[in-house]
Amino acid sequence: MIDLSTTYLGSTLKNPLVVSSSPLCEKIDNIRRMEDAGAAAVVLHSLFEEQITLESHHLDRYLSHGTESFAESLTYFPDMVDYNLGPDAYLEHLRQAKVAVDIPIIGSLNGISTGGWISYAKKIQEAGADALELNLYYIPTDPDLSGAQVEQMYVDLVRDVKASVSIPVAVKLGHSFSAFANLARRLDQAGANGLVLFNRFYQPDFDLENLEVVHTLTLSSSYELLLRLHWIAILYGHIRADLAVTGGVHTAHDVLKAMMAGARVTMMTSALLKNGIGHLTTVRSDLLAWMEGHEYESIRQMQGSMSHRSVAEPAAFERANYIKVLSSYVLKT
Amino acid sequence: MVQEQIVSKKLRFFIIDGYRVARETGMGARINTVMQTCFFAISGVLPRNEAIAAIKHAIEKTYGKRGEAVVQKNFAAVDSTLAHLYEVQAPNQVTSSFDLRAAVPAESPEFVQKVIAKMIAGEGDLLPVSALPVDGTYPSGTAQWEKRNIALEIPVWDEDLCIQCGKCVLVCPHSVIRAKISEPQLLAGAPPTLKSAPARWREFKDLRYILQVAPEDCTGCVLCVEVCPAKSKSEVRHKAINMMPQPPIREQEAQNWKFFLQLPETERQALSLSHVKDVQLLQPLFEFSGACAGCGETPYIKLVSQLFGDRAIIANATGCSSIYGASMPTTPWAANQNGRGPAWSNSLFEDNAEFGLGMRLALDKQMEYARELVGRLSDTLGDELAEALLLADQSTDADIRAQRDRVMLLKKRLRVVSTPEARDLLSLADALVKKSVWIIGGDGWAYDIGFGGLDHVLASGRNVNVLVLDTEVYSNTGGQMSKATPRGAVAKFAAGGKPTPKKDLALMVIPYGNTYVARVAMGGSDSQTIKAFCEAEAYEGPSLIIAYSHCIAHGYDMRYGMDQQKAAVLSGHWPLFRYNPDLVKEGKNSLQLDSKPPSLPLKKYVYNETRYTMLVHSDPAGAKRLLELAQEDVLARWHFYEYLAAMPVGGTEKKEEHHD
Repeated sequence: MIDLSTTYLGSTLKNPLVVSSSPLCEKIDNIRRMEDAGAAAVVLHSLFEEQITLESHHLDRYLSHGTESFAESLTYFPDMVDYNLGPDAYLEHLRQAKVAVDIPIIGSLNGISTGGWISYAKKIQEAGADALELNLYYIPTDPDLSGAQVEQMYVDLVRDVKASVSIPVAVKLGHSFSAFANLARRLDQAGANGLVLFNRFYQPDFDLENLEVVHTLTLSSSYELLLRLHWIAILYGHIRADLAVTGGVHTAHDVLKAMMAGARVTMMTSALLKNGIGHLTTVRSDLLAWMEGHEYESIRQMQGSMSHRSVAEPAAFERANYIKVLSSYVLKT
Repeated sequence: MVQEQIVSKKLRFFIIDGYRVARETGMGARINTVMQTCFFAISGVLPRNEAIAAIKHAIEKTYGKRGEAVVQKNFAAVDSTLAHLYEVQAPNQVTSSFDLRAAVPAESPEFVQKVIAKMIAGEGDLLPVSALPVDGTYPSGTAQWEKRNIALEIPVWDEDLCIQCGKCVLVCPHSVIRAKISEPQLLAGAPPTLKSAPARWREFKDLRYILQVAPEDCTGCVLCVEVCPAKSKSEVRHKAINMMPQPPIREQEAQNWKFFLQLPETERQALSLSHVKDVQLLQPLFEFSGACAGCGETPYIKLVSQLFGDRAIIANATGCSSIYGASMPTTPWAANQNGRGPAWSNSLFEDNAEFGLGMRLALDKQMEYARELVGRLSDTLGDELAEALLLADQSTDADIRAQRDRVMLLKKRLRVVSTPEARDLLSLADALVKKSVWIIGGDGWAYDIGFGGLDHVLASGRNVNVLVLDTEVYSNTGGQMSKATPRGAVAKFAAGGKPTPKKDLALMVIPYGNTYVARVAMGGSDSQTIKAFCEAEAYEGPSLIIAYSHCIAHGYDMRYGMDQQKAAVLSGHWPLFRYNPDLVKEGKNSLQLDSKPPSLPLKKYVYNETRYTMLVHSDPAGAKRLLELAQEDVLARWHFYEYLAAMPVGGTEKKEEHHD
């Protein structure tokens, strides 16, 4: 009997297949189907810092616009008793998800400032989340802001959130840091229970006909996995926090590679958007078949087996490898 | 004068840049909280600290349910107000060299100076009854003297980038952005900052094109900038018109505007009135109304005034259009250089269609009697003139101009005849020129309160043009639900979202088969809008135009009104079409669909507006259910229209095929 179980953020999961945070998780029905298809845990879609404040400002702006200005009509909308704003709907969704499925539900909070909004971390905990994923998506456009300042901001935020909750907290972030291993260690020291590598940054495109900046969303591909494998392999064994791979996980082979690099879990969204939620079942059975064929007993057995410190040639992850690769380029025609 | 009052009464004088405080604390252009704080801070009705605490308590109570961020924003505005409120130390004697501007400019007409200016200054109670017109009519074209100066920023033209498309002129709700083409030599004496560019018309290539803004009448709505398609190649946010602070350029642009106004208008005969580019050169006879900044209704009314204004007679239902159309003391309806402009009157909410029909019947009777008299007096008038007057085809602008010339000649000949019949004809002579009767109102009138009358008037077959400015809600009285309100939209009396679909007024009228019906949205297709207005007016029978009008009661940033109209069309909420009964004569189906099948999910259109999103916040499950139903409504209706538009003319061919 092959053991697919793993542990992540204090929970034992039946396998390493976790559904990452995306709008797919906005429907309870989808979450049920994810569990049925074999997902071991689900990270809910994110509650955005901006959403919490912006929705309020928006509502206020348009409910107020033109009011108290004309003799015949002082207002233009009926006065509602209450508005279900920002976190309320999210928390209710989380409660419903917890009732609907048995697998762990991880709440997701997306923001960057250590403002009052982090109190929602506590509310997510109270609503029953098994853990919290803190998604730090930040584009430092200010030329006066140094890398050290940005890193400190991340560390402070993790410390503040950790101080406000007792459930495990994972940090999801991008890879654009000059010394990622050091940042990972500092986040680890600040109390992060998990690191989710890496956020994919959505890059705006240009519409040449209308001269407008347009938003594009391209799904990930397995090629993007390589960057994640590289860093998981380097970090494995150097920090306490659980490592998770997100971005580029599409097949059982991708999952196996992530496990061998040292990840506890792999997260998927693009693959599900492309192939449907049922794709989880395929990945799980492919995983079992491969492990059976290669005589592996458990996932735990392979976790970290190809990390930086476990491989025969650690240089493969370092500069020496770069020189080797470069010199291997030859003209094919 | 002002300073004298301050000095003599020993007044304490405070100033605050309210807009700056509001802008910097995230309150936008809303200065209510700021000014209220000022009042309590300086009036002393309560000890200052107690007053501020009371204001903050009221803010929590009023805005608390809109979210903590809103409460904090208002608190910040209160605190910032106190930090930016300054007392001005007035001197002990009068030193000022300037004073408040007069209520109206010195060059305004006598009635404006003596009567209207008093009302603007808030001294209307001092006017004797005898100062007002005795016959119930009121001078028109007086809104131009108000010079409200309410815009913080106004559009400024970049003549090098401009492609002269005319979209900004078409969309301007207050007729403050206008275009003319002029002989170059007429610009010789222009103020130094007046801009012009070579006209981009093949037939006017030797002329200069001028796009001018009325700086003191603009409301700063930004619709013109948003609709402008021309972007700079080196900085794409820079367009052919851009918003700039008004105060530094007010005086120079006021001079330019004055100069612009005296340039000759383009002869209508030289223009193609079905094109946006040419319509921009028609003088609007509806200007500077009191409508909201960015109003979605007034561009349509202005268009009527440009196309048919010099011979239009308008019956206006009560509602927004009657308020901004004639609220005391000024009138936005105006006349051209020949003194011709729309005659306008406002009736009750419930009888406007009948009111307009009465105008039509009276005009028809007058014309009938005038024609009879022309026949009887043909010997006196000369057979040639009489015959030309009676047989005149008045379907084009050129025809109408020719008939006007004949009527002038007729009057001249009649003045020397003193028979009772000649005197009658003299008083009726103008009735020989074709008039354009417009019955205008909102959806509250057309769909609800005046529907019985509207139905009666359309069924009568008489030649009237009905323009329904559909904001899908009773706007003027504060957003009450009408039968035009779409399913799922929140309105007063529909706080849970309107449970039933929007009434399809067009579809109720089309089966009469005698009425021209068009559904238009300027932001969806401006050329289709213009085409529909021209066809409706030309149609010898009743016409109904239902015009999508964005509105502050939708909870939407009106500067993007045209984008939202486009979304309404793309989603299928507002399909564009024209139903012209005359097409049957050409063997064509009367119904022509002018927009494509729905390509945008309805929620992408509706959830741009607070009238829909507030239901998502107050009743998410209900909002979801109503959205699904509304989406079904849209698709079902589109399929029905498609079916109607594909039906064979006469409905016989298909039947024969079936029997074969």
